[in-house]
Amino acid sequence: MPGDLKDGRIVIVGASLAGLRAAEALREEGFTGSLTVVGDEPHPPYDRPPLSKQVLLGQATADTTGLPMRRDPDAEWRLGVRATGVDLLAKQVLLEGGESLPYDRLLIATGTRARPWPDQEEGALDGVFTLRTREDAGGLAERLAAGPERVLVIGGGFTGSEIASACRERGLEVTVAERGPAPLVGALGGTLSKLAAAMQRNHGVDLRTGVTVTALRGNGSFTGAELSDGSRVDADVCVVALGAIRNVEWLAESGLAAGPRGIACDAGCRAFNMYGIVTDDVFVAGDVSRFPHPLFGYQMLSLEHWGNAVEQAKVAAHNMVNPGPLQHPHLAVPSFWSTQFGLNIKSVGVPTYSDHVVIAQGSLEARRLAMVYGYQGRVTAAVTVDMAKSLDYYRHLIETAAPFPPPPGAQDRAIAADIAVPSDVPDPSGLSHGPIVALTGHLPDRRLSVVQPTR
Amino acid sequence: MPSETLLARITDYASRPNPYPLYAELREAGPVVQQADGSYLVGTYHEIASLLHDPRMSADPRSRGEVTHKPPFLRLDDPEHHRLRTLAMRPFGPPHNPGRVDAMRGEIDRITKELMESFEAGRQIDVVDDFAYPLPVTVICRLLGVPHEDEPLFRAWSDALVAAADVRPEQDTTETDKAGDQARIEMGGYLVNLAEQRRGKPSDDMLSAFVNEPDPALRLTQEELAETAVLLLIAGHETTVNLITNGVLTLLRQPEHLDQLRRDPDLLPRVVEELLRYEPPVHMRERIPLADMDIAGTPIAQGAPVVLVLASGNRDPRRFHDPERFDPTRPDNEHLGFGSGIHVCYGAPLARIEAQAALGALLPHLGTARLVQDPPPYRQNAMLRGPRHLPIQL
Repeated sequence: MPGDLKDGRIVIVGASLAGLRAAEALREEGFTGSLTVVGDEPHPPYDRPPLSKQVLLGQATADTTGLPMRRDPDAEWRLGVRATGVDLLAKQVLLEGGESLPYDRLLIATGTRARPWPDQEEGALDGVFTLRTREDAGGLAERLAAGPERVLVIGGGFTGSEIASACRERGLEVTVAERGPAPLVGALGGTLSKLAAAMQRNHGVDLRTGVTVTALRGNGSFTGAELSDGSRVDADVCVVALGAIRNVEWLAESGLAAGPRGIACDAGCRAFNMYGIVTDDVFVAGDVSRFPHPLFGYQMLSLEHWGNAVEQAKVAAHNMVNPGPLQHPHLAVPSFWSTQFGLNIKSVGVPTYSDHVVIAQGSLEARRLAMVYGYQGRVTAAVTVDMAKSLDYYRHLIETAAPFPPPPGAQDRAIAADIAVPSDVPDPSGLSHGPIVALTGHLPDRRLSVVQPTR
Repeated sequence: MPSETLLARITDYASRPNPYPLYAELREAGPVVQQADGSYLVGTYHEIASLLHDPRMSADPRSRGEVTHKPPFLRLDDPEHHRLRTLAMRPFGPPHNPGRVDAMRGEIDRITKELMESFEAGRQIDVVDDFAYPLPVTVICRLLGVPHEDEPLFRAWSDALVAAADVRPEQDTTETDKAGDQARIEMGGYLVNLAEQRRGKPSDDMLSAFVNEPDPALRLTQEELAETAVLLLIAGHETTVNLITNGVLTLLRQPEHLDQLRRDPDLLPRVVEELLRYEPPVHMRERIPLADMDIAGTPIAQGAPVVLVLASGNRDPRRFHDPERFDPTRPDNEHLGFGSGIHVCYGAPLARIEAQAALGALLPHLGTARLVQDPPPYRQNAMLRGPRHLPIQL
């Protein structure tokens, strides 16, 4: 009976943005049953975008980024508690310490964590940081406020670039080491990454590209790093910004389709099991999910975007308490933003799902532009630099699969608007950090067979 | 077809007290409705919002081949619009002056109190002349650095300019256009002269900031200064007066909401947002397509006038639940009262503070007040719509 869906026991694993928004949405949808939210961090849900911006600049402290609750989700919060597994048959979430939580429906929103420096000993040197949690940001902000001689940032993705920007704004010397040809190249492709490189150098960043960091040095405290080109960077703070790892290990024995690329689900956020069969009581939302998107060839997408966590949480919550025919698909056009070196960068669509780009408005020289990405003759993404108000227009072109290059007539139309150049999206394996949009479809590399459940 | 005369009927002065049934008719006729004179009306929320963000829609009258002077940034396209708007923003708002508008709260409250000193129970006042007009004029004069005693001077110029900017289909506008041009030149000259007096002797106002900008790359030319200052002075008061007056009128017409607000003055910001949706000062904006394009299935030729009826979009039932109802507790109120896109109202933060201060201060008087004339007499203008007078008995 549909009415039953509004009642019963729902467990949400993951107490960050997606978990909180889903909990709120469940109540908005009329869910009256018991709701439990499990999170391994001891804090109530907090917001991460300020951690690499305002917090590092000293404009806010790490403990002030708590997410506002739009309504009290009337949930039992199990914070500081790690989930260790799911028993799909018995419908139980297993917690550390042996406790188990029964559920009627389960939402997995465990997100990602920072990829640590591969050498554990080197990564443990004092002065070496990653940036993902409140504690990370608080510790790093404190260290930056103390005025280090030089900061080494490993990885020129969005997190690394924002950290470098914050350092320069504080007047600190900073070196960025990026394995790819330019910062942000993995997310934005070749042309815009040139602007990103120019911005970093103009703002006094010591930008090293095409190099990897081979070793971190120090005796207890970090003192410098060795690079693959034989050079050495002397620095007293190091931030490892090598992208994120999806928090899926706890599901290894669950039988869900959970792997390094995330947990696969359908367009309605319903998780697949390891054979691609959809479950009807396990849902996924946020960074940890990967889902098929019709605008991008139904490729499985994995997005580390604030907006995706919010949208997907809403859809998942709706579908958890409504019967099949009333369920919603998650069709939101991906979008993200970043501020760095005084620039406002906003993206819609999936820039990496492209073969060509044009500068539709503005110019690289003006540092104000709209770059439109196309794949096989249709518009699939747009990135604006200090031109965010045009973004809705390009979103519409993406949603309607408009032909690429976009039609003429735009104000501030660049001469380059008709000249499509290769989008120059690199193979993610050539970057030091993971892409924040991953197309996760892949070919099977071994013969498939069914392993029968033991029970 | 009735739709052929919709724009004429909307702009007809007889429709001024209540154009909303005509807007409903417009939305019924389709998202894009061609008029007999070749122009197009757009009255549905999503289409208006989309066109306001469409870089192919020009605000510059020269895009239609009109030979004219270089307009102020309100009627320019990027990149010129962006440059001038950014320069005009430097002494007014973020990132260079983030606290400027907020710091005026105290002064706005003081001006409001002064204006209300003579308000006594039993007296009849005109909300427009006694309160809603002098408040924003005083504020914008302080902010720009214009002597308040020159008000009669720029009031005449302002009237002429606003009349010239109205939408008037099927009318000979030669005379009003000429008068508008003349007013613009005189007012521009007056403001440039004021600014020049402050060169090298800056005081704490925007005209001073414009002429004393140290970076040559960020200086306005004299022509740009004239256009910008005229725009700021006019837009700085012609709209807020309507917002405040419409607010008083709406609250007196809806005693239950007035009571609710008197009990809970914390609702004021939301009342002002709902007013901007329900009775916005700016009803229409005109745009010009820079290329042949298709809007919601209707082909539109390059250069054809497209009138975006913002006030109609604000009452589109496909966007707002129960849109004809004034509801300050509305949860999702992304109205078009300040427009949207690159031309989104520059003065919105100031307008919000002024309207909140004005309505908040009047609240104690409104409990026993009553409308002397309903509907009140309206101003001629269909684009900037509001009562010419609003007599009330305190």
